[in-house]
Formats: sequence, structure tokens, C-alpha cells
Amino acid sequence: MYAQMVKSEATTDDPEKLAAFQARIDAGEKIEPKDWMPVGYRKTLIRQIGQHAHSEIVGQLPEGNWITRAPTLERKAILLAKVQDEAGHGLYLYCAAETLGVSRDELTEMLLDGRMKYSSIFNYPTLNWADMGAVGWLVDGAAILNQVPLQRTSFGPYSRAMIRVCKEESFHARQGFDAIRKMAEGTPAQKKMAQDAVNRLWFPALMMFGPSDADSVHSTQSMAWKIKMNTNDELRQKFVDQTVPQIEFLGLDLPDPGIKWNEERGSYDYSDPDWAEFFDVIKGNGPCNVDRLAARNKAWKDGQWVRDGLLAHARKKAARKVAAE
Amino acid sequence: MKNEWPLWEIFIRGQHGMSHRHVGSLHAPDAEMAIKNARDVYTRRNEGVSIWAVEANHIAASSPSDKGPLYEPSESKVYRHPTFFDIPDEVGAM
Repeated sequence: MYAQMVKSEATTDDPEKLAAFQARIDAGEKIEPKDWMPVGYRKTLIRQIGQHAHSEIVGQLPEGNWITRAPTLERKAILLAKVQDEAGHGLYLYCAAETLGVSRDELTEMLLDGRMKYSSIFNYPTLNWADMGAVGWLVDGAAILNQVPLQRTSFGPYSRAMIRVCKEESFHARQGFDAIRKMAEGTPAQKKMAQDAVNRLWFPALMMFGPSDADSVHSTQSMAWKIKMNTNDELRQKFVDQTVPQIEFLGLDLPDPGIKWNEERGSYDYSDPDWAEFFDVIKGNGPCNVDRLAARNKAWKDGQWVRDGLLAHARKKAARKVAAE
Repeated sequence: MKNEWPLWEIFIRGQHGMSHRHVGSLHAPDAEMAIKNARDVYTRRNEGVSIWAVEANHIAASSPSDKGPLYEPSESKVYRHPTFFDIPDEVGAM
């Protein structure tokens, strides 16, 4: 998902403390920043929340790309609000990660030098306006499925951040569906663009949930700790089941001839995405990996004088106030 | 000197007549910017009518390990709750 393949860290803590900690989680208690927690819990959460935050921030790039070229002023205002929300989501999450003892700058630097990842989906390009609809509808739609259960995660600050995020996220999916619906119901050329966007983004959206459960080696500990609430395949299936009726409503097709209702399972069968492509994108070889990291590095470098200037101004003001007293 | 902006805790009054509630935190160089940033981060959808910003290192907090000594004494004092007392129906609302 926004945090894919987060490796659970081994824990070497006192077994008695570990058992008491697990009992608190099993009883549904929230763990707060100053509570005792296993080293592995802390490390895994820093990585997971950090990756989630980075995804929100990098996720602004493919959409920010289209703000100035939105087809109407209304669509432009909506997209601007959506991208601004993503910045907010990143900030809520960074603050949650910081309560675990990592600083904002450390997190940023780990993103910028590639030590921390962000979701694979944002390494795909957004080629035209139809992609804005498809991203909001499919990508944010997939993200919601992951984020709704995370509202119940065991770490208090993460849970509270997720509650805020989820309140805003359904606006994102709905504005995307509305944008793509407009095109699907438009001229034949517009409908063709909508179909093309779905064709390109469907499998990358499926990949957001991470590798199939059989290959997902880090899940067991994270699920016991309630920092992962569902398996990758459970969420992926839910996404397929919710999306097929929507695509039928739009009169578009999914680029997967394997989509078929399975009476016995009460779910749709679907084809797996190309996992080799997924692992390749994660390794840094997706179509936009280099661009995305370059854009974030440039923003960080270009903003340095602003951060320094405002801090110098604040220190000067504080010093003057002390002198006046 | 460390060049990271300090952390601020943000409290928002959701509606007139309600108290300020903690909504989250953010980084800002000074109080003025903290309030400006809080307005952008935490009140984009009419969530508030007033903002407090407090630098995080000025907050004193109780420790989780003090939970027992701090809160257990009140557990045995059930008579502090109005429901402890039986008031006969004939007496009416009280």
C-alpha cells in the first residue's frame, strides 16, 4: 500500500515485557509514545509511517503536474484542494513518526537519499487529464481500503493521524470518479482517453497493496502488533470487488480479460499484476523514479534559504525580546 | 546549533462555547508561523474558530509509569459519583 513491503524488525527485548506489551495490544489498548515498546515495534513503525508520509508528499507530484492545465477553473480549484490535502496528510504522518524519536529532517533526508521508500504507484507518469480522474478514483480508492482499517492500529498517534486522513480521503476518491465519469460520458475521444487512463493505471493500482500473501514475508509480526490490519491479498480482493461494478457503471473496461465473477467465492477472480515489474519499480527502475526523487531533492535544496531565513528571524526576535526585558 | 524548526502542539476550538482540543503538532520557526501553519494544516474545512499553539518542549506531562499512584486512588471512591445514592422515585428528579 502506501507503505509496501515494510520489513518487521526483530525484537530482542525482555520476554516478560514483550508478553505484557502483546497483552495490551490484544486487549485493544492504544500504545502511546512514552509507553514502553519493543525496539522492533518502534523501528517497524518509523519505517512504515515514514514510508506512508513520503508517499503522501511524493504523491503530490503526479497531480501537481496538472493543476495549471486543469480544463476548468472549478476542476483546478478541486485539484488544488486535493493536492493541498496530500501535503497535510504527509504532515500528520511525519508528526506521528516523530513521536517515536526520529526527527523530521532525518526522515526527509532518508527519503532524499533513497534509504526510505514511497509507494510504487507514484513512479508512474500522469500523461493527460484523464489520469487525474483515474488517480483520484483508483489510487485514492485503493489507499482508502488500506487506511480505514489502520484507524484501529495499535499506535495512538498513527491511529489518530489515520482518522484525520480518512475524513478527507473520500473527497479525493469522489472527485476522481466525478472527473473520469465526465469523460466516460463525454465525446468518443474523451471516452477513449478515460479508457486509456484506466488501462495504464489498473495494474499499478493493484500493485499498491504489495506482493501476494505467499511472498509477503513481513506480515505476521506486524499483524500481531496491529500495525498491519489485513493481508495484502484481502485488501486487493476488496478493491477488485468494489471497482468492477463502478467500471461497469462508467461503461469502461478493465484491462484484464481474467476478471470474472466467482460464485463459489462470492468475489471476482482477477489476474495478478506483473510482479517482476513491481519489484523493478521498487528497486528504482520505474518510469519516474529518477524524476520524483530529483524533484524532491530540488525542492528541499531550493527551500533551504527560506527555512534558514525564517529561523534566523525568529531567533533575532527572541533575542531582542530577552534584551528588552 | 540545530537548524530544525521547533515542534509546536496545536489546540483548536471547534465551535464557540467549546474548549480547545489538541489536534496534532507541526514545525514552525516561531509562534506566528505556527498559527499560520496550523490554520493551513488543521482548519481547511471549517474545523475551528480559534487556535492555540504551544511549543512542545514547554509542555509538562505525567509519566505513564505514574498511572497507578495518580489514578488508582479514585477508583475506590465510588461515593463521588451521583449514581452511588439511591433516591426514592417519590422524591422526583434530583
